[in-house]
Amino acid sequence: MKPEAFHPLARLLHWLMAVLIVAMLFIGVSMVSDLSLRHPLLIELHKATGLALLVLVLLRIALRLTLPHPPLPRDLPTLQRLAAGASHLVLYALMLAMPLLGWAMLSAGGYPRPLQLPAIAPHDLQLYAVLRQAHGWAGYLLFATVVLHLGAALMHALVRRDGVLRSMWPGPLRRSD
Amino acid sequence: MNSPLYGPAKALRLAAIGAVMLAAGVGFAYAAGWIGAAKLTPQRIIDTFEAQAGHYPGYRKNHAKGLCVSGYFQASGQAASLSTARVFSQARVPVIGRFAIGGANPYAPDTAIPVRSLALQLSSDDGQVWRTGMNNPPVLAVSTPQAFYEQVLASTPDPATGKPDLARQQAFFAAHPESAAFRQWAASYKPSNSFASTQYHSINAFRLIDAAGAAQPVRWQLEPQTAFTALPGQVDDKLFLQHDLQQRLAQGPLRWTLRLVLAEPGDAVDDPASPWPAQRRSVDAGTLVLEQVDAAEQGACRDLNFDPLILPHGIEASADPILAARSAAYSESFNRRSRESLGTGARP
Repeated sequence: MKPEAFHPLARLLHWLMAVLIVAMLFIGVSMVSDLSLRHPLLIELHKATGLALLVLVLLRIALRLTLPHPPLPRDLPTLQRLAAGASHLVLYALMLAMPLLGWAMLSAGGYPRPLQLPAIAPHDLQLYAVLRQAHGWAGYLLFATVVLHLGAALMHALVRRDGVLRSMWPGPLRRSD
Repeated sequence: MNSPLYGPAKALRLAAIGAVMLAAGVGFAYAAGWIGAAKLTPQRIIDTFEAQAGHYPGYRKNHAKGLCVSGYFQASGQAASLSTARVFSQARVPVIGRFAIGGANPYAPDTAIPVRSLALQLSSDDGQVWRTGMNNPPVLAVSTPQAFYEQVLASTPDPATGKPDLARQQAFFAAHPESAAFRQWAASYKPSNSFASTQYHSINAFRLIDAAGAAQPVRWQLEPQTAFTALPGQVDDKLFLQHDLQQRLAQGPLRWTLRLVLAEPGDAVDDPASPWPAQRRSVDAGTLVLEQVDAAEQGACRDLNFDPLILPHGIEASADPILAARSAAYSESFNRRSRESLGTGARP
């Protein structure tokens, strides 16, 4: 029997990561064009939060693979069903790739890493260039996917008025009517 | 469960959802600086360097002409009570360094530029890394990134002569009285005939953190142990300083004393234009020994960003706004030259 809503732990993780990821995207895109005293603080915050998100996404993938999760509404058109599947796959891939790219680009750039983590890529200027650009473009793509995800969630809640947003609602669930 | 909406009610809600998504995108664009008031960014500073000196793919965007050296730092132990940084107690810390001349033109004659620099990376055995970029003037002419940018603009070469417009530079200095100490240095500056006999300064202040967590504001300088000899009046070799360094290092190592100058209450710790009184207490932290110069295109320093905010435990940044701006601009320079290296190969 499939549940009607996500497990409370999955919901907690979803909203915690949602806040952190949105914060990270805004910090990341603003810090690179900032040269004020905020710059070094934002960089530190970005690295620390990135590391936290890497731990969280690993936990999240483990939960996604082990906990049962609610199915999409049965009357959802095939195209939307495919779009939902694909966009979630992209979200998971980017949530995992972003911190790994960040870690790898620091390694390739010869930069120190938070907590003195080991290098996961060789120190190489050209490799750094590729990883740094990939980190940036993956960030833009992640932001675009998050906005689509937000739009889709609102569509479910406000237009289709099905139970999809409620299944991931952060508070206690109302009894289903 | 509610039934799906149709008609005007649906259209209104779709519009609201579209507005929310659009607002998120606009907020992101604003955070990125793509829209809204133009502000001074690291990108604009590097663009201005390139507009003035020319575009040299693969090279650092400032202090473009330099060469890599290596050696070690021998701590004296005298600074260990001031800072927990391992470099101040470890007997022998491996060092990668880079000597350079100021400016964004990698083909400028060595002796045409008064500013010389030495950047170092010290890697201590606790895994910590300290990078510092030092210049021969003890102070900057300006206290803020905005004023620095204006100074760069004021030095824009006149298209007719290829040289900066003196009147424009004088107008800049007149409008920036904080540049007095720098102007005094520039007026009395006598270039030495070698990188080896040049003294280098951290310019910005930092904070030494001791074992009890107490902070001591500090500037540091590398005092040459090589005797001063004035630069000859006429120099034809465009690589004069590089050739000199290679010759000296072929004969033996070169040494500098790392001196930590300690601020007292009231000293300007966040202003790189403001010198501290000459009688400030100082500590001999140890000796920098440089042993080897690397081949021009392939030194170990080439792929390093000497970001002055890469600091070990025991040394922290001050609230000097120029220090933060240096870090941001070095990063932009590193990103650009790394991208360019995909097409051209990396440059020294």
